[in-house]
Amino acid sequence: MKRLLPPDAASGARRPSRHFEDTGETMRRKAGSRIIPGFGVSLGITMTFISMIVLIPMSFLALQTSSLGWSGFWSAALDPRVLAGYEVSFLCSLTAALINCLFGVILAWVLTRYKFPGRRIMDGLIELPFALPTAVAGIALTAICSDKGWIGGALAPLDIKLAYTRAGIVIALTFITLPFTVRTIQPVLERLDRVYEEAGLMLGASRERVFRKIIFPEITPAILTGFGLAFARGLGEYGSVVFIAGNMPFKTEIAPLLIMSKLEQFNYGEATAVALVMLLVSSVVMFFINCVQSRASSFIKE
Amino acid sequence: MYVELENINKYFKEFQAARDISFNIRQGILAALLGPSGSGKTTILRMIAGLEHPDSGDIFIDGTRVNEVEAGRRGIGFVFQNYALFRYMNVFDNIAFGLSVKKERPAAIKSRVSELLELIGMEGMEKRYPAQLSGGQKQREAFARALAPNPKLLLLDEPFAAIDAKVRRELRIWLRDMIRRLGITSIFVTHDQDEAIEVADEIIVANNGRIEQKGSPEDLYKSPATPFVASFIGESALLENYRVLKGFESETRGFSGAVRPEFVKIFTGEETIQYENSVEDAAVERIAFRGAFLEVVLNIKGMTFPTRYSLEKTPIAAGDRVRALVYRLYAFDGDRAFLLHNRNLDNSGAGNIYNI
Repeated sequence: MKRLLPPDAASGARRPSRHFEDTGETMRRKAGSRIIPGFGVSLGITMTFISMIVLIPMSFLALQTSSLGWSGFWSAALDPRVLAGYEVSFLCSLTAALINCLFGVILAWVLTRYKFPGRRIMDGLIELPFALPTAVAGIALTAICSDKGWIGGALAPLDIKLAYTRAGIVIALTFITLPFTVRTIQPVLERLDRVYEEAGLMLGASRERVFRKIIFPEITPAILTGFGLAFARGLGEYGSVVFIAGNMPFKTEIAPLLIMSKLEQFNYGEATAVALVMLLVSSVVMFFINCVQSRASSFIKE
Repeated sequence: MYVELENINKYFKEFQAARDISFNIRQGILAALLGPSGSGKTTILRMIAGLEHPDSGDIFIDGTRVNEVEAGRRGIGFVFQNYALFRYMNVFDNIAFGLSVKKERPAAIKSRVSELLELIGMEGMEKRYPAQLSGGQKQREAFARALAPNPKLLLLDEPFAAIDAKVRRELRIWLRDMIRRLGITSIFVTHDQDEAIEVADEIIVANNGRIEQKGSPEDLYKSPATPFVASFIGESALLENYRVLKGFESETRGFSGAVRPEFVKIFTGEETIQYENSVEDAAVERIAFRGAFLEVVLNIKGMTFPTRYSLEKTPIAAGDRVRALVYRLYAFDGDRAFLLHNRNLDNSGAGNIYNI
């Protein structure tokens, strides 16, 4: 953005000021003049915390895998059954995240734009999937989706099966990841001044056009964040999925389940190999989402 | 009449924002809707725009009743208080928005936008985003965006409120000249009387959801119709009981009133006074230097009179006893205001009220 500043502003910033000639002292004081004092201390805490919580366990993962050697790693990571597991996990998480983007926007819109009786209760219900132990969610969803359940039973005569299919996995993941999209989009919509919509309407735009051209770009970064969170959570989700998935190899067996079963057989090396592949791919996906997101929100940054 | 409001009422739950409002504006006029916050001025503007709907009453634009016409189809350009520029669109796309909605040809859009960019002096900034513009540039962009689809009527909500004082004066002269040049009928809302007086051809004063008075800036200043207008426009001081003043004893309209600085003349005792019988004894309470003149606050019979005093005359100081002549004042009777002349002065000799 800096190159677009007027030339006088840019040159003004470059001109050395007498007050900043002794840069060491002044800059340090400037950095310290924030709300939380002590840049050094707070950065140290941040680094230590990230290392302990994220980096050390991750490096342990790589270390464990290295015990396999390259050939062992490839055979574990690229085993056809494992490949099928990746596919199930990625496709189902992707579908669930996309479904939640659509419904997350609608739910957030209804919760922020309308006042109706029961709105607060509905707002509270959004967080339920977080509060519930995932296994409980899995059992409940399986119960209603199986052939004898309310929904599964109603769909059975139409020859539509939900439980023990990929559709079931998607249902479980959609349930689990719903709060991510709603809760990221909701505050953005709440802050979004109605005046932008009014400006669009005054210029003769239809409601549909106002949403598409004015509101949607405003919430796009939030949708992407919500999508990223939901997708990442979906990849790792285990408890709620295993009950409804049926876990048929090559069909409805998710990658986390493969990791679990390898762990149960004390096959730590292979388990971490699969986990490492999952980690790498989801890191790439998250990085890509972050890039798109920062592009989308770059216009309003100074 | 180009814009007409007839008996408009508007409630926000219990609060009545507009009480039986009727006024009209001729074509080509630049009118100001002036009032303190909570006076209902913005609500009136938004009802004309179609962003709010009156509970009763009719709105006509160019002879057509527009109550049921959608905001976007009334042929109105609207400049919002904080401009409401679309943050994710650059200058070009912002200005072009109203044109692309109309499905104009890209070439026509391009030429109209560059015409407007030239008008607002922002050529070469098409690719910038609102975050990269100064307050004045944003305002001009919002102005161009509102004008792009060739509206018949331009409405501006506190167009200068978000701009720092230094640029504001410059920008309001620019905007006034631009609107005059284009000849577009315009209404702007403001709480700043200086702004209204400087920019508008006609001022509509709103207070408490009512229209107090409509007229040229000069009319409002010289002959305010209500106590509110007398005290809101220009400088004035309230008088609890004007009838104790010499020359006003025989008046019959109300007791309270207001006086402007130029209605009072100070005598230091050396000059010959033509109207000896109507001169009051006064105490100088405060003096402030204002450059070209002194601002003097007098106390006459327990009431304060702010007035002006020439630097060329015999110097006076706080605490001095002087004599003062009250030429005229506004008397308040209920919700009406009247201009009264001092009865002891003959009409020919009273002199110009604007003489200090």
